[in-house]
Amino acid sequence: MTATGLLPRPTRYVDHVMGMPISLALRGRHTHDHRALEAWSEVMADLREVDRVFSTYREDSFVSRLGRGEITVADCPPEVVEVLGLGHRARLESDGAFDVRRRGPDGPVTLDPSGVVKGWAVERASAWLHALPETDFCLSAGGDMVCHTDDPASPPWRVGIEDPADPGRLVATVPVRQGAVATSGSARRGAHIVDARTGAVPGRVASVTVVADSLTWADIDATAAYALDREAAAWLRSRRRTAIVVWADGSVELTDGTAPRQASRLRSSDSLSHR
Amino acid sequence: MRRIVMWLLSTVTVVVLLFGYHTSTSGPTSAGSAVISSGSSGVSGTLSGTNSSSGTSSSSSSTTTGSTSTASPQTVTGDSVQTRWGPVEVQVTVANGTITAVNVPVYPSGNGKDEEINAYALPRLIQETLDAQSAKVDMVSGATVTSDGYLQSLQSALDKAGV
Repeated sequence: MTATGLLPRPTRYVDHVMGMPISLALRGRHTHDHRALEAWSEVMADLREVDRVFSTYREDSFVSRLGRGEITVADCPPEVVEVLGLGHRARLESDGAFDVRRRGPDGPVTLDPSGVVKGWAVERASAWLHALPETDFCLSAGGDMVCHTDDPASPPWRVGIEDPADPGRLVATVPVRQGAVATSGSARRGAHIVDARTGAVPGRVASVTVVADSLTWADIDATAAYALDREAAAWLRSRRRTAIVVWADGSVELTDGTAPRQASRLRSSDSLSHR
Repeated sequence: MRRIVMWLLSTVTVVVLLFGYHTSTSGPTSAGSAVISSGSSGVSGTLSGTNSSSGTSSSSSSTTTGSTSTASPQTVTGDSVQTRWGPVEVQVTVANGTITAVNVPVYPSGNGKDEEINAYALPRLIQETLDAQSAKVDMVSGATVTSDGYLQSLQSALDKAGV
């Protein structure tokens, strides 16, 4: 791959699963050859399998059957246990604002791990793309993505952050070489995120974007911060996340996860420079 | 085929769990407090008081536990699963055909932060909102785009333009 800025345009693929678009951009050695196509097809197969196991829209998914008590957790694939465990961890760390369970009006708990599944599934599926040598990729599921550049000399992926008040425009750009970007907000699907403790719909915050190593956790933290509403930025700072909080009044706040956490790791001057 | 192999590998590692369970010292909660009740009103006594640090059982166990108000709820513990963040074990209690409690006596200790070196380039805020073309971006992150809304999205424009 050339180290200049004259990289060819990325090759792009789009498909749909779980009711959302999956967009892939590839640069480098394997972009439209057999290996690239095979990796892309494995990514989609992986995500379709996840949908079969976890979808709450499919009556026959493991999660739906588990939720109705027709099968036990011991009958489910190990992935179900993994996801429920992540959901539990997220609940603890968000003081309960994030929860994979919803309580129905008459008591029973409804299982809806969707808030964990997407980031986790896409991060897992991206392993097929990591296996492509000398190839950069950016894999996005409905706007949450894993970015990878194979060659340190090639430019970072440039990720635009939508303006929640006008999703045709951007409020920020984030250059990412290795890592994940996830955004939570209600701009497209309405008020589908609530504070699990109170059922309250966030009103102060319009969207939360988290940049992190892991898409699983970027997605969880973006959703949890959004559910925490006015505490979103403070909570993200406490977790030393690099994040963008867009408030309902249109103001934009950046939290700087690059602040030195342990003195031995990075001097702050270094951490602010581009990797 | 390769997928099946990956799947198998993830289950094979369950055996490792028998030899111990470590929690990250950086986590905000200690392992000892890992048993969390999520029982909804009217259900009680579904917790067995397991201590997460022992790794409890790695095989499926079915325990019928007493309840004061619901007809014999059944608590089933799934196999422990090894994940990138640590081992996980989940108990689900069912009564009268619905889930009444989900407990996670052993859960992954990592919060996705443990190995991060916090060296991202900072996001650049745009003073006045811009469109994707003028901002020259490769991908767009925003509130989740559904398949129905995709055609109107910025991402769709980028995908189509092939830029």
